[in-house]
Amino acid sequence: MSGAVKHKTFDVSAVREDFPILKETIYGKPLTFLDSAASAQKPQAVIDTVANFYSHSYSNIHRGIYKLSQEATEAYEQVRNKVAKFINAASREECLFVRNATEGINLVAQSYGRTFLSEGDEIILTELEHHSNIVPWQLLREEKGIIIKVAPISDEGEVDLKAYRALLTEKTKLVALAHISNVLGTILPVKEMIALAHQAGAKVLVDGCQAAPHIPIDVQDLDADFYVFSGHKVYGPTGVGVLYGKKELLEAMPPWQGGGDMIELVTFEKTTFNVLPQKFEAGTPNIAGVIGLGAALDYINQFNRQEIEDHEHGLLAYALGRLRGINQLKLIGTAKNKASIISFVLDDIHPHDAGTILDQEGIAVRTGHHCAQPLMERFGLNATIRASFGLYNTRGDVDRLAEGLKKTRAIFA
Amino acid sequence: MDMQIHTPLKGTTLEDVLETFEVLEDWEDRYRYLIELGRKLPPYPEKARTEAHKVRGCVSQVWLNPHFSDDAPPLFTFDGDSDAHIVRGLVALMMLLFSGKTCEEILSTDAKAILEQLGLSKHLSPMRTNGLYSMLGRIQDLAQAAA
Repeated sequence: MSGAVKHKTFDVSAVREDFPILKETIYGKPLTFLDSAASAQKPQAVIDTVANFYSHSYSNIHRGIYKLSQEATEAYEQVRNKVAKFINAASREECLFVRNATEGINLVAQSYGRTFLSEGDEIILTELEHHSNIVPWQLLREEKGIIIKVAPISDEGEVDLKAYRALLTEKTKLVALAHISNVLGTILPVKEMIALAHQAGAKVLVDGCQAAPHIPIDVQDLDADFYVFSGHKVYGPTGVGVLYGKKELLEAMPPWQGGGDMIELVTFEKTTFNVLPQKFEAGTPNIAGVIGLGAALDYINQFNRQEIEDHEHGLLAYALGRLRGINQLKLIGTAKNKASIISFVLDDIHPHDAGTILDQEGIAVRTGHHCAQPLMERFGLNATIRASFGLYNTRGDVDRLAEGLKKTRAIFA
Repeated sequence: MDMQIHTPLKGTTLEDVLETFEVLEDWEDRYRYLIELGRKLPPYPEKARTEAHKVRGCVSQVWLNPHFSDDAPPLFTFDGDSDAHIVRGLVALMMLLFSGKTCEEILSTDAKAILEQLGLSKHLSPMRTNGLYSMLGRIQDLAQAAA
């Protein structure tokens, strides 16, 4: 069946037409949006799907006997199938809807971590993790007395695999690592790192926030035990994310939050819990958000993913070339295997200053520590400027960034 | 308006800034002027460059070292600094707005309206990146506590 799928040819100017916000002007200048790594813009199809759902099909799910509720439930559960396909999960029950990737990681820390880790057990993180993949483990450490070890990275921003290997021992119970760095764009050799962790007997959680919009994901091929990503970074609505977990792990884990939908039978003496995935989905979920996520995945899937990847990779190469021509610009993160996320600093010009000038030119970049302070410290920086590209960005966007940076240089000269 | 006030920026007054901004139509020139203003800030005392003097804001760093005089009512002055040029200019602007003022004057100053007039109000939005917003809040809190 999949062989028969007819993909739409990827054409960036047609894609731009699908994203209404890209027609906005900022201070009278066309918007140059280079902050998709923080959150991606939404295609009209997602906006319409959410609006139509509220206008014509909305009701609570998994509860009502009436037609609207049945249809809403069906639409919601359909999206679970789409998610399973998107990451190639073995079964739909392995895909849980959460608020965002952060919540997914916290769920694993609080449910799996509290149950299966004990004092002296070790967790390995990498030096380039987002705070969302650091702090939940520190909270667990406070409670359980586990030990957190950190796999270092090189000056290029690549994980030191030798050091990582040396950290893996029989004490290692879990490895939590990013698939792609949100600051450096480094694509980690996740498959290899997972295999090594498994050899040591450890489980692995992958933070796929930056990977989901850029590269195809196959959780079975990676052999990931847990995988999380956020809907808003794959052109979907905010407030919905996905936690994938291997079935046997999710089955063994206790519920994290209690409430409606996650129960089978409740008495004041004892409550029995619903089966997967409802066991982990307490309370009324972000129904419209999930429906919107489905539309976002459809939007991406209408294209051959390879063509999106090629487009973004072309932009990355072009941008790196243009930025190398800017005086005193230093790239932070020069890994060989890199997604379309570029961090840099401009010598004596503070990222905040540069961001302010670029904003005046209608260019949206991120400046700051990008919720990765340990990584900033690794490079001896307080902040960087980050330009990140989505499928709707063009070489024209890169040119405007380069011109904006030249103007910034001139203003501070 | 009494112009015989405290002028910490080498004689530049708030009036000067308002007039200059009116003449400078181009945003680039306005930012250049703001950066210049930042360069006029008196040197920040290094011993007050501590965590306690830091104002929250995650992109650029802002330091604030407040003083109250022995006058009755006490007059507020402060040392201020930032690691970003534009923010340093905004700190200088805060100095023109608040330095040498009584608590009552500080609390009745609408900084947001003045920044609005200068086309700089975006720097006062409540974002976590924004040290200026927190700085204004801290100055107002200090004035409130001392009033």
